Amino acid sequence: MQFIQPDINIDFIGKRHIGFYVSTALILISLLSLLLHGGPKYGIDFAGGTLIQIKFNVPTTVDTIKDSLKPIGITGASIQQYGDASNNEYLVRADIAYKKLEGLSDKVQQALVQAVSNISDIETPPASETLETSESATPTPTTQTVSQEIADEQPEQATLPAEVRRIEMVGPQVGKDLREKALLAMFFALLFITVYISGRFEFKWGISAIMASGLMGGVYLIKSMGISMPFLIVFALILAMVLFWCLRLQYAMGAITALIHDVTITVGIFSIFDKEFTLPIIAALLTIIGYSLNDTIIVFDRIRENSRKLTRDTFDIVINKSINETLSRTILTSLTTLIVVLTLFLFGGGIIHDFAFAMIIGVLIGTYSSIFVASPILLLWKLQK
Amino acid sequence: MKNISPRTIIILLVLFGSLLYVLPSIHIDVWPHKKINLGLDLQGGMHLVLEVEAEKAVESTIERMGHDLRREMKTNHIKFADLKRIAFQLHLKVLGNESIDKFNQVLDDEFQEFRIASRKQNGDQLSIILDLPDSDVAEIKKKAAEQALETIRNRIDEFGVSEPDIRRQGERRILVQLPGVKDPRRAKDLIGKTALLEFKLVDDQHSVEEALKGKAPLGTEILYQVVENRQTRRKSKTPYLVEKRTTLTGEYLTDARVNIDSQYNEPYVSIKFNKKGARLFERITESNVQRRLAIVLDNKIHSAPVIQERISGGEARITGSFTHEEAHDLAIVLRAGALPAPVHILEERTVGPSLGKDSIRKGLASMIIGGILVIFFMIIYYKVAGLIADIALALNILLIAAGLAGFQATLTLPGIAGIILTIGMAVDANVLIFERIREELRIGKSPLAAVDAGYNKATLTILDANVTTLIAAVVLFQFGTGPIKGFAVTLSLGVIASLFTALIVSRQIFDSLLINRQLRSLSI
Repeated sequence: MQFIQPDINIDFIGKRHIGFYVSTALILISLLSLLLHGGPKYGIDFAGGTLIQIKFNVPTTVDTIKDSLKPIGITGASIQQYGDASNNEYLVRADIAYKKLEGLSDKVQQALVQAVSNISDIETPPASETLETSESATPTPTTQTVSQEIADEQPEQATLPAEVRRIEMVGPQVGKDLREKALLAMFFALLFITVYISGRFEFKWGISAIMASGLMGGVYLIKSMGISMPFLIVFALILAMVLFWCLRLQYAMGAITALIHDVTITVGIFSIFDKEFTLPIIAALLTIIGYSLNDTIIVFDRIRENSRKLTRDTFDIVINKSINETLSRTILTSLTTLIVVLTLFLFGGGIIHDFAFAMIIGVLIGTYSSIFVASPILLLWKLQK
Repeated sequence: MKNISPRTIIILLVLFGSLLYVLPSIHIDVWPHKKINLGLDLQGGMHLVLEVEAEKAVESTIERMGHDLRREMKTNHIKFADLKRIAFQLHLKVLGNESIDKFNQVLDDEFQEFRIASRKQNGDQLSIILDLPDSDVAEIKKKAAEQALETIRNRIDEFGVSEPDIRRQGERRILVQLPGVKDPRRAKDLIGKTALLEFKLVDDQHSVEEALKGKAPLGTEILYQVVENRQTRRKSKTPYLVEKRTTLTGEYLTDARVNIDSQYNEPYVSIKFNKKGARLFERITESNVQRRLAIVLDNKIHSAPVIQERISGGEARITGSFTHEEAHDLAIVLRAGALPAPVHILEERTVGPSLGKDSIRKGLASMIIGGILVIFFMIIYYKVAGLIADIALALNILLIAAGLAGFQATLTLPGIAGIILTIGMAVDANVLIFERIREELRIGKSPLAAVDAGYNKATLTILDANVTTLIAAVVLFQFGTGPIKGFAVTLSLGVIASLFTALIVSRQIFDSLLINRQLRSLSI
């Protein structure tokens, strides 16, 4: 069986301006969406906050939950249904705005459990009343505890009408730390990869290693001066690309451009769909970097092999031939990877859902970019001559 | 198979080794090795990052030294005023030349650890600010973090959580991981409680009402007793006017146990002092009969019983309306000792056991579905060669599992995603080789020669492509925490395993088919 005929010869390089327009448009849309949304939408991992996933055994509504949270002073929490409506499962998310995050999850939990126990048991008064704490002093310190209470405690706990399935609380400082770490991780991954590519494809281990360590040192130095990380990383990446250009590290330039392209568009699409950035999404982005590079390297490898063999052809013909020769493999691998990421997306459950979504975008964009972005960039130098 | 090549032996050894590591996960008890660890997100549990407020430890050290200085000055009849602690400094004024001389003497003889931050003499009045050298402050902070870690570890050990993971993270953060903990809130209370036990005398001479209006007499403070009525869930706060001076603290405790009051059938905590503590306690009770002694835990009054008579023997009881659990936990924290400084929670991630089970189920389901789809796809597209790739794929998953067990790595939900991703990407190496073989076959080579050429040409490409994925995975491992690390681990294992299975195992199968079985044509 064969999807792609062996003698296929699509003029990818001749049509590279189409790719250029498509990529530019996608990047502009991504940037525009990021701009309109005021930057990426951070999940609690990066923004800080509290998230509680709670499953009720009795039907309840978003409004009931909202009402039950009012007495404890949480009015701005976002409440979302999680999964099927019949599951009665909800995500409650409170922002960092609540200064006292610590213990907040306990309070929310208590309030919610209380709220539904009232629904299931009509005898007891509404939630708001029982939750009030009376500040007024009771004259005598209690010494007359009733013995039955202790016995009552256990069964009550066991038949709670709601189950807290997940609590995540991230303090503002931790959120900031994680944000910086994530950015640095992406940046370092890109740098290491370019060193490897320059070394393997152009035998310029030295130059690229010196350049990368210089950039790394610079980032750490400027970071210690307290300049905001995102700008720093963007600046460092632009600087890296200028250096690649000047040092004629064309393969590294092609690869890193494709990677930045992929990550930007994936981030942009996330922003368009209003999805949150969490730690697993960063993992997905790094995997996309690895995956897209995988594709790019296989094409580059063929280009390197063919430019030794086909010395008579011009470089653009060599590139085009290489892309066509590897096309079958590119499509096949993307297909198998896509199959598994799709199953993950469809059957993997809520926690992994967005991760799989990012991977789907990444696989598609990564495949496209190794053909239409990475390879044509190699031509920039040759055309100059 | 007549001649067994070294490659076959390696493959068989790897296969046997990985079976040895994986089987315990499936069938426990019989096998020598440990099984695959499940992450907190899969088995349920709690992940906490705590910060030790180490400044508080410095403050209390300086406060204590201030008390010592005050006492020393009093015994030496030195006139002084305005002795107070501001942040990490002690401010005071010494009055009169004679006092200043004596003060200098005391400072040189008894308080050499103080650093003089500033010293201004104005006539016969000396204003002096004392603090501690930076190295001492750093030492106190470091000790506080270490001691907090130790205390928390003791508490958790007594609480009884299987395989807890407690470690320092950075200078003053503590990471606590409690797998499978059933009552997260209780565990949090237990870990986070400072558990500073103090005994303070209640001031009965002055009225609490006056003090509440802001006219608390010198040397006294207002502390509250908070009681929650469990039936109405109402909390009530009772103010007490107590002397600021602490007569006795929990540092003299040797033991704390839960007992049941036979009269009310109510649990209480009985505590036992060491010799020094017992003597102190005896002296306090002796000289304050008929007064009330407040038992204060973390600035909250638990009870304030009236001292009926001198108590010798160094035993006391802490009552209050405890549940069994509360009394049990209080005994634990008292036995383990107080934290040298308060801690607060910076990060918390708790996963209930049912969600973990759900995640495992869904993860496995998508793994099986994805795997089957890929396996069928490969057979349809490459026929027999596809089957070889599928065998390699199966071995690949076995190797990842063995790697997880062998390195005692933790399998997390993103880790399962990593395995699933590897299923998709692992066939890539085989696809690369097969496409090459097809190319070689098309230019008319014999199956054997085509396989040989295909492998030779594809090997370098496969290495290059996989090393870059490995770089991304290693960076991820460096940066990631918990679940993300798990992803990096399975991804790296997957990459390495797929190199082995594609370059060595599937090659061996091809060779044995073509050479040993003398196949003339290749179904690819």
